[in-house]
Amino acid sequence: MSESAIRRIADGEEGTVHPPYLHPDYRSTRLRAPLRPLIMLPESMHDPSGPVYGDDPPAATDSDLTAQHDGEPLGERIIVTGRVLDGTGGPVPGALIEIWQANAAGRYVHERDQHPAPLDPNFTGAGRCLTDAEGTYRFTSVKPGAYPWRNHQNAWRPAHIHLSIFGRAFTDRLVTQMYFPGDPLFAADPIFQSIRDERLRERLVSRLDWDTTTPEWALGYRFDIVLGGRDATPVEA
Amino acid sequence: MSGAAGATPSQTVGPFFSFGLCVADQRHLVGPGHPGAIRIEGVVLDGAREPVFDAMVEVWQLDEHGGRGDGFGFGRCGTDAEGRYAFVTVKPGGPGAPFVAVLVFARGLLKPLRTRMYFPGEPGNDGDPLLAALAGRERESLIGVDRGGGVIGFDVHLQGDRQTAFLAL
Repeated sequence: MSESAIRRIADGEEGTVHPPYLHPDYRSTRLRAPLRPLIMLPESMHDPSGPVYGDDPPAATDSDLTAQHDGEPLGERIIVTGRVLDGTGGPVPGALIEIWQANAAGRYVHERDQHPAPLDPNFTGAGRCLTDAEGTYRFTSVKPGAYPWRNHQNAWRPAHIHLSIFGRAFTDRLVTQMYFPGDPLFAADPIFQSIRDERLRERLVSRLDWDTTTPEWALGYRFDIVLGGRDATPVEA
Repeated sequence: MSGAAGATPSQTVGPFFSFGLCVADQRHLVGPGHPGAIRIEGVVLDGAREPVFDAMVEVWQLDEHGGRGDGFGFGRCGTDAEGRYAFVTVKPGGPGAPFVAVLVFARGLLKPLRTRMYFPGEPGNDGDPLLAALAGRERESLIGVDRGGGVIGFDVHLQGDRQTAFLAL
């Protein structure tokens, strides 16, 4: 095979840590997953890339979701922090992280979330920040609630925070969800379970961190993010 | 623990991302009055040809000189109730066939879909190694349609007999 050859590869066989497109237990994948093999481009044909995400840098207040309104939101106050790393373990400074989440009652500020849980006038649930020179980010928020959805009878999402990350390259782009340790809803959640390998799923679970926890103020959770989608050493099946 | 940490897996953007990701206008890579400004527009459709009203399309491209001046090159647009998105931008310059790199996120997509939009009627298209490897509808699926008046149409079919050609991440 020549270096410029274009190969076809089946969904889930790309050698990444990501879940497949088609995961029928998650109903919305059934009509949205592409069913033809994917096209694998050779390295020499990568897309133009760079740490570009527009010209609107985050303000310092964008990272404190509890300070965006006149009063304080209800719920357990939390600090979420961690580092954004590249595939070799090196820090990614200047990475843009955008987060969004439900409030403590499990309700999103979105017109299509109409489940009967209260909105909180003091909580929107969206934040942004840039990583520092060590690749560290930090948000203050409240712990999101679990919420029901209509995927199947008695479907409930485990509490989670959505994250969107821009690294250095197009191939670093990542959108994921951070979960909280020990959630009993993990086993029944088809989105979490779309990642087949338990060790890979565990990478999406933050850990309670006493060094980040602030006495009399907020519980701290640590969540590191490794970009690139491929392990340096592949996980054995 | 030693060595590099493992890569973080993707999860769906879900249905409720717009208040977090689509607040600022990121549809204009250039202003409408920019010399050579074009509009790229289309719909995102599922396997039943229903509009995907909760998708987000992101584009990366070079500027008209084939460079990345002033942080140029990124755009983002959420789809509307009819599955439509649109960008105002310029045709990329530089050697080879011009194209826009595209990622599509949506509820029901556990990882983004990656594709490219090439430009219609470009002499460089015939020499492009990706287009050369494709034929028929699949090749057509990667080339925008000239709708006149500086508008290029680019519909994304997630599934079905008109499925867009997608690239592995």
